[in-house]
Amino acid sequence: MNRTQTGLDAVHLDPVRATDFVPREPVFQLRDLSVSYSGNVAIRDVTLDVYEKAVTAFIGPSGCGKSTLIRCFDRMNDLVPGAKVDGDVLYHGEDLYAPGVDPVEVRRRIGMVFQKPNPFPKSIYDNVAFGPRVLGLKGTMDLRVEQALQQAALWDEVKDRLKESALGLSGGQQQRLCIARCLAVEPDVILMDEPASALDPISTTRIEDLMHELKRDYTIVIVTHNMQQAARVADMTAFFSVEVAPDGKRTGVLVEYDRTAKIFTTPADQRTEDYVTGRFG
Amino acid sequence: MTGRALKGGIFKALLLFSLFVGFLMLVVLLVDVFKDGLPYLDLALLTNPPSSDPEIAGARPAILATLYIGILLLLFVVPIGVFTAIYLEEYANKTRWYNKLLEINIQNLAAVPSIVYGILGLAFLVRGIGLGRVLLAGAMILTLLVLPTVIIASREAIRSVPDSIRQGAYALGATQWQVVSRQVLPAAIPGIATGSILALSRAIGETAPLIMIGAVTYISFDPTILGPFTALPIQIYSFLRLPQEEFKLLAAASIIVLLAILLTLNAFAIFIRNRYRRSW
Repeated sequence: MNRTQTGLDAVHLDPVRATDFVPREPVFQLRDLSVSYSGNVAIRDVTLDVYEKAVTAFIGPSGCGKSTLIRCFDRMNDLVPGAKVDGDVLYHGEDLYAPGVDPVEVRRRIGMVFQKPNPFPKSIYDNVAFGPRVLGLKGTMDLRVEQALQQAALWDEVKDRLKESALGLSGGQQQRLCIARCLAVEPDVILMDEPASALDPISTTRIEDLMHELKRDYTIVIVTHNMQQAARVADMTAFFSVEVAPDGKRTGVLVEYDRTAKIFTTPADQRTEDYVTGRFG
Repeated sequence: MTGRALKGGIFKALLLFSLFVGFLMLVVLLVDVFKDGLPYLDLALLTNPPSSDPEIAGARPAILATLYIGILLLLFVVPIGVFTAIYLEEYANKTRWYNKLLEINIQNLAAVPSIVYGILGLAFLVRGIGLGRVLLAGAMILTLLVLPTVIIASREAIRSVPDSIRQGAYALGATQWQVVSRQVLPAAIPGIATGSILALSRAIGETAPLIMIGAVTYISFDPTILGPFTALPIQIYSFLRLPQEEFKLLAAASIIVLLAILLTLNAFAIFIRNRYRRSW
């Protein structure tokens, strides 16, 4: 079988954009990272670098631990009772899990957008202003809210109803509001955990366009199980798989991490090829 | 009619019958009370103290005491109940044995008969710390009585706030207290308010624990927080014990007042619930 042919057909890859990606400085460096929940290992021995001002995608079948992994970057796993992280997560060279590191401080620099849009049951304005308010950020709040909404390509749709409930927005608008909310605290990194999986195709396209815009200023990590999405937005792609032990325990492992073009056209591992060509998963 | 349809019909009839039993009892009660009490329901009942002359006798001290008790109760029970609920839902590690023990205890306390709380109040508040047979002691003992109810209702309300809201707030760098105070509590207010007001209605209707700690049955002056007191249900009971027939009618009128207070509180609870109806 001709790998190149199959890969390109399957995902409509933009070969020019994806192949000329040159990694800049690493923002995150994962070293032998494992996460377990109450003794069950969810993902094991991951070593990879996430580069500055680029989109890095984590793809793989359900249960491969990609959502667990992305929650290590902002220490959201701390909120899960029984979660334990081994190995190192270096952020600009500093260990995020070193004793004395305050997870609250980590999260103000590393924003997160969730799978299901989760606007607060408050007005559109208050949703965006929540972050700056709890962090006590200086500056004019109105300006900050407007800038964040503009960056998230939502301003024109909501500028006349900022005081209305955010719950009245459509699903796609709610998700862009969540992105605006995240941008309002001026993070360094934006983590997105399947940000478009609950949205219709048009809303999905808008979110993907947004990612292209945002990566000029931000480092973005996205979890997705939509391969086409990874091919469209990501500069680097990590493919994860599930290993089933004889006793039935399932553990996620990193199979392959490379430029997106390489992953989708000439993957080094047979499992990656099976997945991206649609024969598995 | 087929067998299945017949079963469905019988079941529906059973449902309607059950509804009818409850409704009928309420109607009989209301008709009976209003028939007796309405002629005696006048301003004098609200403004006059009790008297041996049924024509001028009123229930003013009892009505005032019930209102004072209600206000004090809310001041005590809402902060303690809500903070306990926040601790148990948001801060406690639910896998620890002492937190499990605490939970089981609170659920059991909600089922303890009110007279037992009265005995506790008599032994601990009235005699133990020497508070005496005063209104404050009554309010405190009713607080203990309904505290488990308020804790349980507040926990339900806090638990019904979706975790995605907490996660969203944490992800923006909020501290745990900011998440609780700015997201979880505001979203839980309808449930907490409803639970607290229903607990208040229950407390206001209680008689046994107040009699146990020595609420007096006949009192002709306005109550104070640190003075002897009576309460509306006790006043009704004491009216009924008097020999003259007119006092029975006066008791019926007092029951209308008590019902009016309770229904107002319940209506207020429903109003708050609808006003802050959540949708996510």
